[in-house]
This record gives sequence, structure tokens and C-alpha cells, in this order.
Amino acid sequence: MSGQLVVAQDLPWPPTVDDFFLPGLVGPWITKFTIMIWLAVALLIVFFVNAYRKPTLVPSRKQWAVESLYGLIRDGVARDQMGDTGIKFAPYLTVLFSFIVLTNIFGIVPGLQISPNSHIAFPIVLALISFVLYLAVGVRKHGFFRYLRMSLILPGVPWPMHILLIPIEFLQNFVNRPVTLAVRLFANMFAGHLILLVFTVGGFVMLASDNLFIQASSIFAFLMTVLMTFFELLVAVLQAYVFVVLSANYLSTSLAEQ
Amino acid sequence: MSVLAAIEGSVNTIGYGLAAIGPALGVALVFAAYIQSSARQPESAGYNRTWLILGFALIEALALFGLVLAFAVGG
Repeated sequence: MSGQLVVAQDLPWPPTVDDFFLPGLVGPWITKFTIMIWLAVALLIVFFVNAYRKPTLVPSRKQWAVESLYGLIRDGVARDQMGDTGIKFAPYLTVLFSFIVLTNIFGIVPGLQISPNSHIAFPIVLALISFVLYLAVGVRKHGFFRYLRMSLILPGVPWPMHILLIPIEFLQNFVNRPVTLAVRLFANMFAGHLILLVFTVGGFVMLASDNLFIQASSIFAFLMTVLMTFFELLVAVLQAYVFVVLSANYLSTSLAEQ
Repeated sequence: MSVLAAIEGSVNTIGYGLAAIGPALGVALVFAAYIQSSARQPESAGYNRTWLILGFALIEALALFGLVLAFAVGG
């Protein structure tokens, strides 16, 4: 086999988990992720405040964009999952949705190229906010012990089954939900970034080979990069939507009467 | 005994491949059920879409756990 692959320049191949721990820019506390989070927050504040500074009855184009985004989440997620009582959570869900979409899309913006959500620290914080929120809503509505009883004890079950069911319900409601919320977003963005790295860096590694056939087939790696970039755009929006729908669903179980 | 051939790499990739079978079938079932229900009753398609995404996300989480563990456990 003469087509041995040579590592191109100083690109790390194959991509590893270490690629996601970026070096500090100013001391260890400010990395590219930190700056991207600040950028996302600034962009969102500017976008929303600017679009809604002078609201008119006949909306301008910017106002229309903001209103349809808010309307989508309010009617399609909050009211759909929680009924009319859920509308007061619509602002939170809208901000959550737009923040996650923006930070996810950073993963395919040239120059930024990595989403902060592909580092587990950021999804954990987002999931914790939703977790604490639905616990607080449930406790405020039902009281601590009634909420605990509601979420642990299923009605209409023969009592010996409770020995089995109470631990399962506890794990389900207080452990699995926040963990899956964080891990789902993290793993999707992590896998997406890894796939893009494999195809781009792999393309360069193939191009640096000394075999003409392997050099020529690197075109497929680059084509897949383009294709996967569009796929990542879909995943970015879908995962933000899933995160918001699940948050609304968990809130609705806290609000439920039974 | 001399080694004639060897495979390098992590066994985790095989494990993840096996672990992905279950969620793959689950996701397939969810989408099959959605297509079938909206073909039988097209006006329910919009209502079912929320539950499609919800079920898909819950099942997909299992596959993603596998992916994360494949990276996290061992090397």
C-alpha cells in the first residue's frame, strides 16, 4: 500500500475530545466560548430592544420578525403544552429558544466555527435554569409535600408496586429530566462539531497523501462538509425547539392538577 | 507467537454501534407511526407533530448517552 496517509501540516488528526477544551485568551477564565456567549447576549438584547423600541399597530419588518418569533413560541409551544396558564412562561421560553438557536448556529458561522453548547458546561446551566424553574413552579402551586407526593406517587396502583415505582419516579422526575435536557443539547452539538471536523480535516489529510487516487477522492470529503453544514443548521434549530418543548412539557406537569 | 495482523483503536466504537441499534429502531417506529397516522387522518398532522418531536427527542437521548459514554469511558 503506497497510499499511506500523512498528517497534513499541524492539524490534529483524528479529532479528539481535547479539541473542545479551548485555551484561555486572557487568563484561564476567558476563552472563545466566553466571548461567544457575551456576543450572543449582546446580539439578542440589541435585536429585541431595537425591534420593539417604537411598536406600531402596523408592524415594521423588524417588529414583525420579533412578533412572529414570539407568537410561534407562545402559541406553538407554551399554549400548546400548558394551556392558557402557560402564556406567562412564553417570554422565558422565547428568550431560551432564541439564545439556543443563536449559540448553536455559531457552530457553522465562519470564524467562530464552534458552538458554546458543545461544551457541557453551558447546556448544564441552561438545563438547571429550567429544572429550578419547574420545581419552583410546582412547589409554589401545590406546596412542597403535595408536589413531592404528586410527582412520586402514582394514583391507582396496588401498594406493593410503590416499592418499585417511587424510586423510578424519583429518578425520572428529579434526575433524568435535567440530565437528559443538558446532555441532549450538548451531545448533538458535540457530535455535529466532530462530524464537521472529521470531514474537513480528513479532506486535508487525504489531500496531503502521496497517492493520486486518495488525493482525488478528498473532493467527496469536502462535499460532505458542505452537506453536513446544512444538516447542522437543521439540527441547531431542531434541538433548540426540542429543548424549549421539553421545558414547557416539564412545566406543564408541575402545573397539572393531578 | 508473532503478530500477523492487528487492529488499533477503541472498542468503544463497536459498543456504540451496538448501542445505537435500539434507539434507531425506536426513532423508526416513532416516524412510522406519525406517517401512518397523518396518512389516515391528514387533519391531525399538525397536532401530532409536537408529540412526534417530543418522542423523537426522548428516544434520541439514549443514543446520545451512548455517544457521550463512548468518548467519556476509557480512551
